[in-house]
Amino acid sequence: MMLRAIWLIVRKDLTVEVRSRELAYTTLFFAISCVLVFAFSLVQEGRAAEGVGAGVLWMTIMFAGNLALGRTFERERQSETLRALMLVPAPRPAVYLGKLAGIVLLLVLTEAILVPLVALLFQAELLAHLFWLVSVVIAGTLGFAAVGTLFAAMLVRARSRDVLLPVLLYPITVPVIIAGVRGTMAIAQPEFEADVVRFWLLLLVAFDVVFITLALWTFEPVMTD
Amino acid sequence: MPKWFNPAILACGVLFAVSPFVIANAPYESTMGLVQKVFYYHMPSAWVFLTASVVCGIASARFLATGNARHDRTALAAAEMAVLFGLLTLVTGPLWARKAWGQWWIWDARITSSLVGWMIAWAYLILRQYGGPGSEKLAAGLALFGMANVPFIYVSVTYWRTIHPATTVVPKLPFSMGFPLMFCLASFYFLMFLLMKLRVRVAEQQARLDAIYLSMDEEA
Repeated sequence: MMLRAIWLIVRKDLTVEVRSRELAYTTLFFAISCVLVFAFSLVQEGRAAEGVGAGVLWMTIMFAGNLALGRTFERERQSETLRALMLVPAPRPAVYLGKLAGIVLLLVLTEAILVPLVALLFQAELLAHLFWLVSVVIAGTLGFAAVGTLFAAMLVRARSRDVLLPVLLYPITVPVIIAGVRGTMAIAQPEFEADVVRFWLLLLVAFDVVFITLALWTFEPVMTD
Repeated sequence: MPKWFNPAILACGVLFAVSPFVIANAPYESTMGLVQKVFYYHMPSAWVFLTASVVCGIASARFLATGNARHDRTALAAAEMAVLFGLLTLVTGPLWARKAWGQWWIWDARITSSLVGWMIAWAYLILRQYGGPGSEKLAAGLALFGMANVPFIYVSVTYWRTIHPATTVVPKLPFSMGFPLMFCLASFYFLMFLLMKLRVRVAEQQARLDAIYLSMDEEA
């Protein structure tokens, strides 16, 4: 029942997205512009400072993620479908998980283009240990999106929600950024240290578990009028 | 307000007026000299900041669970205390650090988690101020996440690097330094208690006034 409800919500979001392609195009274009702006400001004489690539990657994920999060819920608000979504005869947490899955999917697709681009422009050896990189990026994205989905959903009915989302989201996701950047840096290092990467990955996974649990618990009272 | 409130405010004022003399009488710390005296205000404000954050988190959780507005008013007052005393902590810290470490700011676990905790308390107030109706529930959710966040920041920065003196220093202090510290700690906690009492009272009056307006609208 729960899984089916999640799947239906993801499918609904995918159908809307496949028809308009709005989120995918805007998020991707924005992410690429971000990387270019960072490249113009940080790459000098064809060389980027060491370790900058990891930071650029995560900053871009944060900025683009913020944009996508705001937009997915704005869409629900404009067409008054949020109320319908809340009336769905399924447990509330299923609505949250469905939305979360859709956003993670979108962000992972964006990252699939973002990572090679950053590796290329900042001469970062990101792709040498692909398994670790994919794990760290997905774990980090999941943590960021877990908090972001809850806050974006909460803010749908608030005033000045566009400004409030980053104001609330960035301080809370500081650990994700630290762990993501440090983990990615460790992967890009010439002498690869699996222990260091494993530590940051475990921290990200712990963060994911705690924050998804907390979000599932708060989603119901916060979304009820 | 209860009868004891005005005398209590007066007593608190006396405590703070006396505290500079108590601090001045404490012995000089051998390596840092005069600047070490900032510590007598820095640590109490940090403790009060931490206490206020925890109070805000617990009150928010209870508000979300029960829906009782009383807990919400406590959480709001505590968040304001956290912003005020957090600011004091973050200003007095660098003054000391400049002398002790030769740097104004260091990305250490304690400092980073304090800064982020302070930002979350501030975001809590911004959300309540500009979020419009219903934002108190959203803010309660934020406070909950803020509280769960601190251990993560702590672990991540500790693994990254750390330098801040540990809390184990405090019980080892000689009485001549320990007494002024405890004196200031008591004064700060007293101040926090009185300010919170006052803030909760203002929020209660506001809620009552809103209720009266609403009932007048219904009658008209």
